[in-house]
Order: sequence, then C-alpha cells, then structure tokens
Amino acid sequence: MRFILRRVAFYAFTAWAAITINFFLPRFMKGDPITAYLQKNPSVSPEAIESLETLFGLDNGKSVWEQYIDYWGLLFSGDLGRSFSKGLAPVTEVIASALPWTLGLVGLTTILSFLLGTLTGAVIGWRRGSRADYVIPFATFFSTVPYFWMALIIIAVFSTRLGWFPASHAYDKGSVPNWSWEFIGEVIMHGTLPAVTIIVSSLGGWILGMRNMMITVLDEDYVTVAEAKGLAPRWVLRKYASRNAVLPQLSSFALALGFIVGGTLVTELVFSYPGVGKMLLDATNAKDWPLMQGVFLVITMAVLLANIIADIAHAMLDPRTRMMES
Amino acid sequence: MTVSNFPTGGSPKEGLSNEPRRPGAIKRFGQSFAMFRNGKSLVGLIIVAIFMLTAVFAPWIAPYGPLEKDFDSLKQPPSAEHWLGTTHLGEDVFSQIVYGTRGVLVVGLIAGILATLVAVIVGVAAGYVRGWRSESLSALTNVFLVIPGLPLIIIVASQYDNPSIVLISAVIAITGWAWGARVLRAQTMSLRNRDFVQAARANGEKLYRIIAVEMLPNLTAIIASSFVGTVTAAVLGLTTLAFIGVIPITNLNWGTILFWAQQNGAFPDFWWWYFPAGLCIAIFGMALSLINFGIDEYVNPRLRSAGERARAMRKKGMSLTSGVTAVRDGSDSEPDGEAVTPTRKP
Repeated sequence: MRFILRRVAFYAFTAWAAITINFFLPRFMKGDPITAYLQKNPSVSPEAIESLETLFGLDNGKSVWEQYIDYWGLLFSGDLGRSFSKGLAPVTEVIASALPWTLGLVGLTTILSFLLGTLTGAVIGWRRGSRADYVIPFATFFSTVPYFWMALIIIAVFSTRLGWFPASHAYDKGSVPNWSWEFIGEVIMHGTLPAVTIIVSSLGGWILGMRNMMITVLDEDYVTVAEAKGLAPRWVLRKYASRNAVLPQLSSFALALGFIVGGTLVTELVFSYPGVGKMLLDATNAKDWPLMQGVFLVITMAVLLANIIADIAHAMLDPRTRMMES
Repeated sequence: MTVSNFPTGGSPKEGLSNEPRRPGAIKRFGQSFAMFRNGKSLVGLIIVAIFMLTAVFAPWIAPYGPLEKDFDSLKQPPSAEHWLGTTHLGEDVFSQIVYGTRGVLVVGLIAGILATLVAVIVGVAAGYVRGWRSESLSALTNVFLVIPGLPLIIIVASQYDNPSIVLISAVIAITGWAWGARVLRAQTMSLRNRDFVQAARANGEKLYRIIAVEMLPNLTAIIASSFVGTVTAAVLGLTTLAFIGVIPITNLNWGTILFWAQQNGAFPDFWWWYFPAGLCIAIFGMALSLINFGIDEYVNPRLRSAGERARAMRKKGMSLTSGVTAVRDGSDSEPDGEAVTPTRKP
C-alpha cells in the first residue's frame, strides 16, 4: 500500500511539474506573437481571446498566482486555446485528430521493439560466448543511428529504388478514413516503412541492455542452484534468469520513453505521417504557440501514462516491490 | 576500482633522474585510466580522437571551404576532385563534413560538461544527504527523466530567431543530466556506508573533503560513463534539431548537411550528399558507446569475462546450458560494482 501511495505521489508531482513548466514556457518568451496575431485577425471570438490571454500570460492586470489558478481552470475544462495555423480550431480537437496515428504507430512499434529486443537479448545472454555474440556489434551500431537518417535510407531503398511501399502519408491521397478492409490495407502499407524505421533504430538498445542484465543475473547463486537441482535449461532461462533480468529492463523502458518519443517524432516528419510529432514540428515552423504548448503537454502526459503502465507491469512481475519500498 | 588517496597527477615528464619512486607515480597515473584500457574503449577512443583531430585541423584537411561554390560542377558524384561529390551549389560535401565536425564536437563537449556538472552535484548530494532532501532531489531527477527532452528543446529553441551555440548546448544539457544523476545517486548511497567513508567521518573530516577526496575518486568511472552518455545524446539532439531546421544553418554540422540535402531534393538519387553525413553521426555515436561499454565492463567484471569464460568452458567440453554446474575457483569475479546498475527504483 505504501508503495502504491509513493508512486501515485510521484506521478502527481511529475504531472504537476510538467504542467507548471508548460505554464511558464510562454512567459519567458521574447516578444509577444499572440497580440500581434490577434491584431491582424480581429475576427477571433472574445472567449477564444480570453483563453489565449490566460494561456500566454497576457492579462497583465492579474498577478502570476491568479494567472496560474486560471490556467488550471482552463486545463480542467479541457480548453488549450485555439490553433493559429488550423483556422482557429480548438487545440484539443486538432490534437485529437492526430493522436490515434501516433499512438498506433509509435505505441505499437515501441512495444514490439521492446519485446523483440528483450527476447533476443535474453537468448544472446544465455548463449554467451557462442556465435550469437556476433549480433552485439551490429546492435551497437544500429542503436546509435539517428532515427531520421535511418528513415531517409529506408525510403531511398524500399520506396524509391524497389517501390515496395509508399514513402509518405498514412493513407493514399483521396482516401477518406473509414473501417473498410481496403482502407486498413492502405494504412498497413503506408505504416510499414515508418514502423520498420522505429523498430530497427530502437531494437539495438534493448538487445544490449537485456544481454548485459542476463549475464549479470546468470552469475547469481540462485541460477547456479537451479541448474544444480537439475531443472531443464529452458525452465532456468525463463523462470529464473529472464524473469529477474527483465525487471531493470522494464525500469529503463519507462525512463527511455521520453528519449524514444523524441526520435519517433522526427520519423513522423520524414514520412509526413499525420501524427503528433509532425504536428509539433509544423506548429513550430508556423509559430503556432497554442498548438505547440498543447502538443508538448499531451506528449508529456502520454509518456507519464506509459510510465505508470510499466510500473504496474514491474509490480506484477516482482512481488518484492509490492511488499516493500526499496 | 578503489583509487587511493594519493595525488594521481604525476606527469611522466618531470624528474628525468632515475628516482626509485617514479615508476610508482606513473603506474598510479595510469591506473586512473584503467577503465579505458580494454579493446572496446580503445577503439572508441581512437575513433573519437580521429574526429577531434579532424575538427582541429579542418582548414588543412578540407580541400575547399565549406561554403565555397563551384558553379561548374553541380551535384557531381564523387570524383578525384571532389571526394564525396558536390551539392546543388557546387559546394564540396567532404569539406562540409570536415568543417561540420567542429559544430558537432563543440556542442557535444559543452553540453556534456554542463550536464555532467549538474549530474555530479545533484547526484552526489542526493546520495549523501538523507531524508526529505534526498527524496526531493531524487524526485526532481525523475521529473527530468520522464519529461521528453527533444520536444522541449524544439519549443525552447524555436522561441529564438538565432539561438547561440551556448544556448543550444545549455538547453540540451538541462534536458540531459538526469540519467547520470540517478546512477550517481545510487552509487553514492552505497559508498556512504562503506568503512572508509565512515572512518573519514569518524575522524572529523570536513564534508567537502569526504566528498572530494574519499568519494569522487570512486565515482570516476560512473562520471566518465555519464559524460560519454550525455555527449552521445547531445550529438543526436543537435543533429536532429539541425535536420528539422530549428537551429540556424549558420552553425554548420552534420545535421545541417542533411537539412540542406532534404531541402534541395537530394533524396534519393544524390546519395553522396546525405549518406556520409548520417554515417558520421552513427560512427561517432558508436565510438562513444564503445567507450561506455568498456567502462561498463571495467565496473562490472562479469560482463567482461562472460564470453571468455563460456568459450573456455566449451573448450573443456562443458556446456553452459546443460544444467551441470561446473566447479570454479571464483577468482575471476569480483563482488564489487554491482551497485552500479540502477536495478532498483528509488
């Protein structure tokens, strides 16, 4: 119970910190793009102006504390301002249109890459000293290749040279998103190359991390005891070694997410994939501050949520975390 | 890995007379670099050294200026004249990469130093003090670990029309120090209860002396590894930012070359324009990872000996996975260094 409370307190604190950073970011900004925009576009509705003023600290009459309270009020009512570059559509709606694409692409591939890498790493660690060790240099190389460059190479080879997959967008031009088989097929065709990019670029790190943990765990006494008892090697690998080696791997999964998200965002840009990452970069180029703020908030919250899930998985695999806090 | 309290800076040049103590000093000096004395670290260090020399001697190595235009040879494939071909303006790609090394190394170095400084201060403090102060520093570290760095950097950098190199490095450092601080905190906490630190405290040594003389020498490997890690992240972050076009193109680095290539339709036909720059990022990143693997193996000897031991056992006809426990003398594994891998959540 104490463990759960501590974790809840941590997540609440992190969420508060992220939102507060988001509150202060525009207040440190040089210049005032909002006022300039509003003067150029007098057609903005008064309510929209009011929420934008709160979000960007333009209501000079109020103290910072009052602004902060107002800001929280806006967040709880789900108002993140209006997007300049999308015809003053509410930021929440604009982000909601892009979020499923990112969740589908980045979420699936990251989990897939983690599972695949952990499995491979476990086997390589188990068969240490054998020919499986030759994977290590390749894993090292691919773990440091930048995502965007990998994306460019993959496009050049598989799309332009071989013509197997389309190079950009999430579905064919002219298609309207629906649940027909035809459309799902298009989405899979368009999603293959970005997915391969993300998996190839992130796989190496998981392989190396798991391999190193396996080797450390395999030297533990309980593994020796398990082998001495005459348990089947497969059983030892799965129930004794892997199960313990995967715990730090899960922790580093949660912590590496923030880093991975950065790389995958740029992958979306290269593939013109209509997700949150491309939206952030488009908003940056268009100086669309409300959208930038909103996207950052959403990404941070998503990473936080993934952390919570990883934490729950950790607690399920490791009874010790449930018994006591370390 | 326990480094003694002797001053370790004995330069081999001083005192040419054959004093009896000199070899000891040199040996001790060498010992502080022991973490780099293995194959992986050496290869990594050599590659990094080549890049550093390239950056320093760029004007002598590059055959042309980085922005020197030759309108007679546009988008030329590699030739004897232009080793890596030319861009759409007739600029020499090889020269651009050579000069671009400077931008990458400068930002990597500044960001790495800044981030490591913060990591050491926060990490060691969080590991040494107890109670709510340690907890709150640890919470701060975790917040910075969870907040995605690159989006934050993009937003901050885009608020300036012409962000300086120092500003970019500082922002990268602010988002990149947390991992090192976390690892350092774990190791400092385990050091704090060791006998030699307890003894120093019992002797009434001052806090700064306990930290600087007793603890820091035992943390050098982890500090080095965290430095190398942040430089890797900084280089990736910088090239990504340059590729997106968030930082000004006046700061020439490998990412800028890719940005130009993308903007001017180099893909996919003009491979000489975009392939080498990305490869440089990957090779440099790999070299830094190799250094870190070397340090990891130095800190955690099990990693180093695992492959060798397995091969040796196989030679003797024993199988590692057969379930038969081989009798070992145990001298090849040291109990030290387990605390380094942050296996537990704080």
